[in-house]
Amino acid sequence: MAHSHAVKRYSGLMDWLTTVDHKKIGILYFLAGGIFFLIGGLEALLIRIQLMFPDNQIFIGGTYNQILTMHGTTMIFLAAMPLLFGFMNAIVPLQIGARDVAFPFLNSLGFWLFVFGGLLLNLSWFLGGAPDAGWTAYAPLSSDTSLRGVDFYAMGLQIAGLGTLIGGINFLVTIINMRAPGMTFMRMPMFTWTSFVTSVLILFAFPAVTVGLVELTFDRLFDGNFFNVSKGGNEVLWEHIFWIFGHPEVYILILPAFGIISEVVSTFSRKRLFGYSSMVFATLLIGFLSFMVWVHHMFTTGLGPVANGIFAVATMAIAVPTGIKIFNWLFTMWGGQIIFNSSNLWAIAFIPTFVMGGMTGVMLAVPPADFQYHDSYFVVAHFHYVIVGGLIFGIFSGFYYWWPKMFGRMLHEGLGQLNFWTFMIGFHLTFFPQHFLGLMGMPRRVFTYETGVQLEMGNMASSIGAFLMGIGTIAFVLNIIITALKPKNAPADPWDGRSLEWSIPSPAPEYNFKQTPLVRGLDAFWKEKRAGNKEMTPAEPIGSIHMPSPTILPFFMSVGLFIAGFGFMYAKYDFENGLLATLFGNHIIAIIGLVITFLCMFLRSVYDDHGWHIEPEELEDKGVKA
Amino acid sequence: MWRLMPLLAVLALAGCGDPSISAIDPQGPVASEQFFLMKLSLAVMIFVFAVVMIIYIYVLVRYRKKKGQDQIPKQVEGNHVLEIIWTVIPILLLIVIAVPTIKYTFEHSKDLREEEGVVHIKVTAHQFWWQFEYPDNNINTAQDMYIPVGKRVALELTSSDVKHSFWVPALAGKIDTNPGMSNIMHLQADKPGIYRGKCAELCGASHSLMDFKVVAVSEAEYNQWVEGKKTPAKVTADTAKGEQVFKDNCLSCHAVGGEGAGLGPNLNGFANRTEVAGVLPHDAASVKKWIQDPQAQKPGTKMPKVNLNEDQVDQLVKYLETLK
Amino acid sequence: MAHAASHHDHDHGHHDQEELKTFGFWIFLMTDCILFATLFATFVVLRLNTSGGPTAEELFSMPGIIAETFILLTSSFTSGLAVLSMQKGDKKGLIGWLIVTLALGIAFVTMEITEFVHMVHEGATISTSGFLSSFFTLVGAHGLHVSIGIVWMIALVLQLARRGITSVTKRKVTIISLYWHFLDVVWIFVFTVVYLMGVM
Repeated sequence: MAHSHAVKRYSGLMDWLTTVDHKKIGILYFLAGGIFFLIGGLEALLIRIQLMFPDNQIFIGGTYNQILTMHGTTMIFLAAMPLLFGFMNAIVPLQIGARDVAFPFLNSLGFWLFVFGGLLLNLSWFLGGAPDAGWTAYAPLSSDTSLRGVDFYAMGLQIAGLGTLIGGINFLVTIINMRAPGMTFMRMPMFTWTSFVTSVLILFAFPAVTVGLVELTFDRLFDGNFFNVSKGGNEVLWEHIFWIFGHPEVYILILPAFGIISEVVSTFSRKRLFGYSSMVFATLLIGFLSFMVWVHHMFTTGLGPVANGIFAVATMAIAVPTGIKIFNWLFTMWGGQIIFNSSNLWAIAFIPTFVMGGMTGVMLAVPPADFQYHDSYFVVAHFHYVIVGGLIFGIFSGFYYWWPKMFGRMLHEGLGQLNFWTFMIGFHLTFFPQHFLGLMGMPRRVFTYETGVQLEMGNMASSIGAFLMGIGTIAFVLNIIITALKPKNAPADPWDGRSLEWSIPSPAPEYNFKQTPLVRGLDAFWKEKRAGNKEMTPAEPIGSIHMPSPTILPFFMSVGLFIAGFGFMYAKYDFENGLLATLFGNHIIAIIGLVITFLCMFLRSVYDDHGWHIEPEELEDKGVKA
Repeated sequence: MWRLMPLLAVLALAGCGDPSISAIDPQGPVASEQFFLMKLSLAVMIFVFAVVMIIYIYVLVRYRKKKGQDQIPKQVEGNHVLEIIWTVIPILLLIVIAVPTIKYTFEHSKDLREEEGVVHIKVTAHQFWWQFEYPDNNINTAQDMYIPVGKRVALELTSSDVKHSFWVPALAGKIDTNPGMSNIMHLQADKPGIYRGKCAELCGASHSLMDFKVVAVSEAEYNQWVEGKKTPAKVTADTAKGEQVFKDNCLSCHAVGGEGAGLGPNLNGFANRTEVAGVLPHDAASVKKWIQDPQAQKPGTKMPKVNLNEDQVDQLVKYLETLK
Repeated sequence: MAHAASHHDHDHGHHDQEELKTFGFWIFLMTDCILFATLFATFVVLRLNTSGGPTAEELFSMPGIIAETFILLTSSFTSGLAVLSMQKGDKKGLIGWLIVTLALGIAFVTMEITEFVHMVHEGATISTSGFLSSFFTLVGAHGLHVSIGIVWMIALVLQLARRGITSVTKRKVTIISLYWHFLDVVWIFVFTVVYLMGVM
């Protein structure tokens, strides 16, 4: 039954530039996100070097503000989110028994938009200075056009944000529509559930920040007055728009990590997840409540006691479903057989660390107390506890867990332990003292602090801890390199796993499942194994497998928007060079960029992609009769 | 547990901070009430943490995989009773925190401006200095905010440019100063002293250098200070030259007494200021340094470099030090 | 459960690509909803901040707006007629009604641009006040969406002329008609919140 489509196959660099395969895109997200994580980490080290001693003059004033802004912006948008998208891409289709995501073309587009948005943002370092108004870019500080950095912030995040939104839509449709037969919602693995709720959050949160960035850009480029008080603007409006996005954003960051912890804890205790249905319910409730609490970032803005009171209670409420999750993890381990490998060490360390972050979260929810904590190092400590201690620990755990499935190799255990202990101890040394620094009167986003008020010790400890974290990170990078040199011989199911991804070879074949599996319950693969089957029961006979075609269009669409972004940013710039002045001043560059993008969209629309097929003869083994 | 070692060490060595700036060593009723809420919420949270940690440690020790353990452990779906317990108890604990929270949220937002015996001060934040006006006494000063001990001070706060935040940790939590809008808060100092104030909202290159002071003095001293502000500085032959330099170069931005513009800090009482430009120690050399190159001391400051020779600056410094 | 081994082109075996794409577009429309909601929120906050400049009452010429509304609503109706033709397999009718729809769309955008140009000449620009910044951005965003829809519709008409009604082009028409109806609904809100509330 072969069709007469020519089989388009690229190799080497072209393979990676044109791929629409979710597994490869996942690896691309890890690579790009990993590089940005190292950049953001370097920025963190520079901050801690400056703060090691009071009155240091290494990075001060505007330079320091650029470093702190880029540290936050890079870590959240260009490191944390892409690493999570990497996992969602690599794992979710496998967990639901699908062969790819719903829209492979859009998947690739989402990735390249992120890369070019992040690139645009970071080019600011070389083009006059990075943005310097904090990752929160409060107006009217951020509408000050004398420093160009914020233009890069607005444009770069706009492009990257578009990529995230596309990814969110993709995963939502994939999870709703492409689950294997028998996989009802209540039989989905927890990582898929959390990816699903995360996608809903992305859907509702990102359009708000899109509008916020447009309004900021208009204020900067066209003399708009959204946030210009002297002509009828309103500064608090920016805060509302930003935080209506910003709060769900942090739940977008943590929910997938919760999913990873559920998988890892359950697998390495050899027990099913305790209280699965309440875990699902708690996830949904957290997702919903995340839109109801944004004003807790604005307690000191002066909205009044009624607003502050309502949002205080709503914020405290989120602690309840989160607590439910913690206890469910503990009781998953209860009565189990706990294995302390690298993956599980991260998950086990996550639990008390995240609880500590949650504790300070509840403390922060008290407005009068928050009047002291807000914009001090106490808040810095809180959010690093939940983002690093929560999200990053979860990501490390996920890497050690799923590395065999993605790369066909197991990460080295010894280096894994080194990575874990140095990073984890360094983390607590860095951030625990910061709670006290804040309480003792040290505001955040400062490049120095007073002597004689006992802030020296905490800052020194914090800086030492940061270096330890750096060493831990290097250990992980070394681990990746050393592992890459090993043969690709990881077993399909190294951990006696529970979900569908462990039922296929390591690494997963191009088509994922030679036959779509039939799911008979929660922890589908585990169920089959305990019933005596070595493989999943298929839901269809062996047939030719349809694959989507690779394409270079998403890459060029992103390049187009990248160019257009520069075109808009520099349209009013005073160029010395006459040619540049003409090209930018008349919006020629901007138009060229947009034309490239629209041309690609046109080509996509006009050429119907029928994909190609993998024939049964090419499949790795003969499969099972349906 | 080994993990807590670095934390405990730092904890022990850190102490409670300095009473001029520490929120956990409060020096006034507002900060004390806020500290109470901190302790209450922390206590409840530590209780929760303890429960979690007890279960956690027990589980990790008791259920680690032992050699030879090969059979699959019993798979448990859940336990309704437990789930109800750890849903209901946290809700109850949160109510314990929520009730005093709401109470103090309303109390600390009360508008005391029209009340009897309250000192009324208008605060305007600028890049990178603080302006304090006392409308009841027609005083316009900067950087050092004088208040009487034991009396409530009602503040009305705004900003003239970007968003800043007014924070005196020893006395009260902070409130933001928004351009185009007015916020209110109140505070009180129980003891005389100099309390450190910080700007707590990123506002530009010198955000870290935008310190101010709340100077709490006895009521008698405070009244003296208010009276003193009404008398213009005495100019002697010694300082006449400096006064001329000032009039020629500084009045366009700085005011002294009744004269001059309000673009820069009012220099009435400059000689008594605890610091120069909020961050430099108050001595002649620092004043000189500041005048000669403000940008070097505070990047991004709006004060330009004024063209003065060495002698003019020295005269100016002499004059400024007479402004008591 | 099992599907036949002899499979057709684009089917993955357990769902229909065209349905998937239509569903995906509904999800996209939800995000566009939030986008406009945020723009509306901004407008509502800033609508009285005229900063000494022109107010809504002074600027808006209701007859033109009512005409624009009528035109856009009619275009939504004609896009519905286009879809009906498509379901009857009537290619000529489909293309014809789509052309009417986009012609009405062009009329709408032309009138809107004229209105904007007129306002700018009167000194009411995006940099005049908070009210005007939010006005131009909200109404302009809607107009931009309509303009993109027009270009899209032209491209689609050309594709239909060449390929006729297939399962793929059917999906494309369905999606664009969803988009067009959505913009119509947004316009109703614009008309009410911006124009009606502005002049009353």
